[in-house]
Amino acid sequence: MSHGAIVRPPMEPPTDPEPAEATPEFEAANKRLDRRRGLLLALPSWAFLTLFFAVPLLIVVVYSFATRNRFGGTDLSGWNIEGYRELGQEFVRNLVLRSLWLAIITTVICLVVAYPFAYFLATRSPAVRNLMLVFVMIPFWSNFLVRNYAWRVLLGNDGPVSQATEAAGLGETTILFTQSAVVLGLVYGFLPFMILPLYAAIERMDWSLVEASRDLGATGWQTFRQVSFPLSLPGVIAGSILVFVPSFGAYVTPQILGGGKDPMLGTYIVAQFLEARNWPEGAAASTVLMAVMLGATLVYFRTGGRTL
Amino acid sequence: MADAVAAVEIRGVTKRFDEVVAVDDVDLTIADGEFFAMLGPSGCGKTTTLRMIAGLEFPTQGSLRIFGEEVGTLPPNKRPVNTVFQNYALFPHMTVLDNVSFGLRMSGVNKTEARQRAGEMIELVQLDGMAARKPNQLSGGQQQRVALARALVNKPKVLLLDEPLGALDLKLRQEMQTELKSLQRELGVSFVFVTHDQEEALTMSDRIAVMDQGKLLQVGSAEDLYARPASRFVADFIGQTNLIEATVADNNTIVLQNGQRLRAPSPHAAGTAVAMSLRPETIQVGARGSVPAVHEATSLEGVISSASYLGHSMVYEVSIDWIDLEVRTPMVLSEERFAPGSEVAVWWDRRSDWLVAE
Ligand SMILES: Nc1ncnc2c1ncn2[C@@H]1O[C@H](COP(=O)(O)OP(=O)(O)OP(=O)(O)O)[C@@H](O)[C@H]1O
Ligand SMILES: [Mg+2]
Repeated sequence: MSHGAIVRPPMEPPTDPEPAEATPEFEAANKRLDRRRGLLLALPSWAFLTLFFAVPLLIVVVYSFATRNRFGGTDLSGWNIEGYRELGQEFVRNLVLRSLWLAIITTVICLVVAYPFAYFLATRSPAVRNLMLVFVMIPFWSNFLVRNYAWRVLLGNDGPVSQATEAAGLGETTILFTQSAVVLGLVYGFLPFMILPLYAAIERMDWSLVEASRDLGATGWQTFRQVSFPLSLPGVIAGSILVFVPSFGAYVTPQILGGGKDPMLGTYIVAQFLEARNWPEGAAASTVLMAVMLGATLVYFRTGGRTL
Repeated sequence: MADAVAAVEIRGVTKRFDEVVAVDDVDLTIADGEFFAMLGPSGCGKTTTLRMIAGLEFPTQGSLRIFGEEVGTLPPNKRPVNTVFQNYALFPHMTVLDNVSFGLRMSGVNKTEARQRAGEMIELVQLDGMAARKPNQLSGGQQQRVALARALVNKPKVLLLDEPLGALDLKLRQEMQTELKSLQRELGVSFVFVTHDQEEALTMSDRIAVMDQGKLLQVGSAEDLYARPASRFVADFIGQTNLIEATVADNNTIVLQNGQRLRAPSPHAAGTAVAMSLRPETIQVGARGSVPAVHEATSLEGVISSASYLGHSMVYEVSIDWIDLEVRTPMVLSEERFAPGSEVAVWWDRRSDWLVAE
């Protein structure tokens, strides 16, 4: 059966219907109207964002170029880039790399743990889904700080985890105040931020595409690689950013579960403002952190925003 | 063909979704190279039957063979069957070429060859020059062709089509009907074609299966179904018909509800409740007393209750005591027109009625 050698009756090629031309003046007037209406509706949120987001952001950026005076205060004069230059010190560089590394590990672990769970969730009946989504949310009902302390108790020297591993003959668990504990805490804290966008992306995926793929001869794994995963990519990227960004600048978890032994970016920034009283330096670090986050978000809009 | 192995053989297949019996004890044989249509009202189980052949759904019980091989619970990727889905289900993140070459790439054909064969198939469905587009840059008819090419490129032994033309407008639909039919003839592949458009089924198919409420009612050629329906449902569902309830009196006579006797040879036993199916175009109408003697035993008297002019024919509604008959007279034969209220007689050739017992 050769498809190439077939003689077929000629048929008119399919034609695209031409879209009707809109009159240019009307078009322009309509656009203006839309824009004006849009602006009006957006006014409250613009005001809110300007007041509570743009202004503080600007203040931070301004301070990053200011001068630190001898009394630990900050003079808004003598503009310089000393704050940024100090970020080049080796120990700051190490700490940024460490934060980056821990944030990446946290993100990857969250992704690996959350994906199968989100997939499972998205394939359940609505009743089961809602129940399980509530379980995912439960941790949010209590304070983040409290939850971190709870982990400190759990992981502590004579804590339940240690007792359990000892009873199981695996010896004491001594991960509290290590980077592993920090990663554990971060994963625990930010996992829902990974689960929710993944769930949303997988849930709204067109399942007939999976069936089509199987029907065309793909195995389950091939279907996942070629169809389900690419289609859930917007969720993967959104979740990764939502986990990566707060992990990178985390303060509470490294402080409580890491014991502040290895300072991370968040710890360092807080220290600059509160202890070292070097506001320009803290502000510079914050600005860099925000730039990284902004970059990550742009990546999201460029890749994830366009694939679907 | 008699002893050739069937393309699809369904034996006693039932599919239950919890309490719903979607497909109820169906037996069906589809021959190799056949254009087979499945017809029935919404929810009758057409899609479910198709999905079981594809392996997207497994039967609750029964046996399903494709070219002799039992495939009951074989996953869809292991069956020599491909599907054109109703909503096309094209992969939105892939180009037309990647969509069409998908099946080949998944089954391990190397990339160059897969692309080449996909390219040929794209040409065959007349989409040359659109290989690099994404599905959302295509019109409905073009997407339909991609779906077709994507399935056919794998050279399936059976192609399943679930209302593939449902989303197209009438003109494109008719164009695609012709095209699908000639494609099927050229490739010699069995097509199993689900539709709820009876005209589509009648014009395209070698054989048609009529389903209702999960049950397979009748399988046959268009003519079988139209002229020799096996049940009231099929008689009524395929084309238009008048169903007149009656009881069998003897092997040549039936008795209507008003006691009138009509000549109608019947294989059914005396006393069987039957319905006589009379197609509107087989009935003739004339003034009372003008019934030809040969049709005397197959005639009724009534009153015209409505008359409409349809250009090529006249359609009369004739009310006869307890029933209304629809009569369709070709314009060329209706020298005499009847106005509502006219007292008339209707008669038919004794070979044009058909009795159904179910
Ligand atoms: N996954 C499912 N779960 C529960 N019930 C189902 C499922 N799929 C189909 N059904 C039921 O099975 C019956 C047959 O459905 P099916 O889709 O086969 O009908 P269909 O003949 O294709 O109808 P349509 O012409 O509307 O497409 C329906 O009553 C439907 O509600
Ligand atoms: Mg259907």
